[in-house]
Amino acid sequence: MVTKDAKKPTLVVVQLAGGNDFMNTIIPYSNGLYYDYRPTVRIAEDTVLPINDELAFNPNAAPLKELYDSGDMAIIQGVGYENSSRSHFRGMDIWHTCEPNSVATEGWVGKAIRELDPSGENSLTAINFGRGLPRAMVASGATATSIGDLDTYGLMTGVQAEQQRTQALDLFQRIYTPAIGTGPVQEYLARTGVDVLRGAEILKNGIATYSSNVEYADNPIAKSLRDVSRVHIADLGTRIFYTHHAGYDTHANELPTHPKLLTDLSRAINDFFRDLRNHNASENVVMLVFTEFGRRVQDNHSGTDHGAGGGAFVIGDRVNGGLHGAYPSLDLSDLEFGDLRHTYDFRGLYSSLLEQWMGVDSNPIVGGTYEQLPLLSRA
Amino acid sequence: MSGTDRELVAHLMRRAGFGATQDEIDILELRDYEDIVEDLLNPEQFPEPEEDVARRYWIALNNPDGPNYPAYWIYRMVNTLRPTEEKMALFWHHLFPTSAGKSSDPPSSNVQIETFRRNALADFETILLDLAKDPAMIYFLDNSENHNGEPNENWGRELLELFSMGVGNYTESDIKNAARAFTGWTFTQPIPLDPYARYPSEFLYLENDHDDGEKSFLGETGPFNGEDIIAIIVKQPATAKFLSRHLYNFFVADEPQVPAWDNVPPLDPDAIDILVKAYIDSKGEISAMLRVLFNSEFFKNGRFKKIKSPTELVVGTVKIAGGMKFPEPGHTGMADAAAAMGQGLQLPPTVEGWHTGKEWIDGGTLTERVNFAVNQLANTSADSTKKIVDYLSAEGGTASPNQLVEACVAATGCTNVTDETRSALIESAASEGVLSFNTETATKSSAARIASMLQSIVSSIEYQFA
Repeated sequence: MVTKDAKKPTLVVVQLAGGNDFMNTIIPYSNGLYYDYRPTVRIAEDTVLPINDELAFNPNAAPLKELYDSGDMAIIQGVGYENSSRSHFRGMDIWHTCEPNSVATEGWVGKAIRELDPSGENSLTAINFGRGLPRAMVASGATATSIGDLDTYGLMTGVQAEQQRTQALDLFQRIYTPAIGTGPVQEYLARTGVDVLRGAEILKNGIATYSSNVEYADNPIAKSLRDVSRVHIADLGTRIFYTHHAGYDTHANELPTHPKLLTDLSRAINDFFRDLRNHNASENVVMLVFTEFGRRVQDNHSGTDHGAGGGAFVIGDRVNGGLHGAYPSLDLSDLEFGDLRHTYDFRGLYSSLLEQWMGVDSNPIVGGTYEQLPLLSRA
Repeated sequence: MSGTDRELVAHLMRRAGFGATQDEIDILELRDYEDIVEDLLNPEQFPEPEEDVARRYWIALNNPDGPNYPAYWIYRMVNTLRPTEEKMALFWHHLFPTSAGKSSDPPSSNVQIETFRRNALADFETILLDLAKDPAMIYFLDNSENHNGEPNENWGRELLELFSMGVGNYTESDIKNAARAFTGWTFTQPIPLDPYARYPSEFLYLENDHDDGEKSFLGETGPFNGEDIIAIIVKQPATAKFLSRHLYNFFVADEPQVPAWDNVPPLDPDAIDILVKAYIDSKGEISAMLRVLFNSEFFKNGRFKKIKSPTELVVGTVKIAGGMKFPEPGHTGMADAAAAMGQGLQLPPTVEGWHTGKEWIDGGTLTERVNFAVNQLANTSADSTKKIVDYLSAEGGTASPNQLVEACVAATGCTNVTDETRSALIESAASEGVLSFNTETATKSSAARIASMLQSIVSSIEYQFA
């Protein structure tokens, strides 16, 4: 079922939920306007980690800077789309479906899964770490698995006693064994139930031998990326991993909260790639880090409100590191309702990853042809 | 006449409400079926759920224009004495899906749900008119951007396509004229209620933003306003048919998804004809349509022909377990559970609403459904287990594996278990022998076996059906 020999290109998507403040992540530290717009929610010039004379990493993102300096991290500046939605829900929806003007039900990752595993033979082709599937992964005919907690993933996880759980699972398996003639809906349910059981079993056995000398931190994003690492190293045929890091909606108290988010995120990503390298499993992995929008240019004396153009990161051994695209202008006359105007369409970013990395035709997935960036060099 | 078959009562209560406990069925089975239907269709004779305690626990509810609070709605579904009123509010939410997620601060979706509840069984004209004046809907479908000379067609289009007639029964020109008729229908900006909250937005008609020119709509011509458009819509046979099919899909059996209705005939065309006649005879009274529906043979024969929606699964299971009788802080988890199963209340995915039936199920949602139900029934001191202990221990202090299975099947309402499933359950129970209630220790271990049996039944394929 799963071919173990060829290491197929694998994509890890990390969604920063709430709208990451791009201006305080990649900081235009030598631009006086930055300090004018941000009397309170600013990062002091003498603490930033400069990339060049204009831009610098937030000091809390040092582990990301390390990846950047070794050439494995691309910063895609000014990512967004026309008439950016300031709603989290709608904004995330647009990023998920590539449809800014109408409400669609199928997501870009889901459509890619359908290309990668058209017959849905491996229920682990795409895995989300979190609860329920994000819209991005939903498409008719696409199989995807959602894992809340990898260590307890599966059915009857609330049944504490081991013997009782085994008994309950045996009974479940018997009840869900497909019986001919019960009706198409019943048969579909039976097949789904058996798939879930089998997927849980494969995962459990796959991760059983994992060990690592990388000590991940104890926070949600570190936990999620450690889970991604364990499943990737188990080599179960997963091509797309998806997870999210929540809390970026920093309307208030951004100065204490945003650094913590960046610290957790940066270290988790750095640990993740170190872990993969230690297991000789990094070269077929590329990570995309995105958020639904950037934040308002002018601060509100405590935090920042919903904005437009933001930024994304693409990280991995095969990534052409460095700055891509153009940082949006901070000039007042260039702002869009007080927000950074996007300089690059997010669908071009997806297209670059789909074509240059996953090897699938991006046009039907993102709904058109968009300018790609030279982000990847496949071996 | 005396009484009603227990399984028929259970079926009626699952569909017209969110299920009934064995104790409730004990009382209802003594009554005539038609009487039970009349009680369901006349909810005002029963008190509303008490809100004092709920408001004390969930203080966000005290904000009249507060954020959506689906856990409170679920709490009402569990405890209401007016189950059909709450079920119909859910039906209108399926039919008129308005997402509270369009912006960070939209007009209150709670106010809209309250309107759905008030209009649960009203006539369709009133229902559409109140919907057209509902600030959350006006905002959701951009009617606040629908101006004299600059019409925005979003509301006009969906009113015809998704809320009343269905595609293929009107022209693009009808949409344009409907949109023009609703120009000037907007809402007031919310007034702050210091220090925490806002007074809700209210419907506002701006006469000087209304296009009062001549409009042609579905063959009629005049200087129509929004009320006229709705009055014309509710007279259309297509409307009667579209609404009938929705009621059939929600209450009787799973139809294909709505976009297919234009070219896939109904599962039971005769049933739709009967409902259409009820609509026409009653001038669109929902209570009259439901009276015909609940008393029909096609309804009574429709047992277990629907996949439970996540909301039905959550509320039905909580009721079986005897949970959520009083508000508790952890109850927001109930709404999160339904959302993880694919139905975030007050956050429908699109204006088309949720795809129902088989489409509720995939590997992730099935896992959520099974694990949720199993966890709800884990507690051996829950009502669900205690009642079966009382029942099984009443005769001689022991019970056979067979009796255990039958009692648990009845308690979960899962009387559709197949012969194969039933034998699997009995064999599993038999492997541990007869249940004894003769000593405290024996009763305790029997209670654990009862809880396990209940868990196995609610994780079955059959339990996914309503």
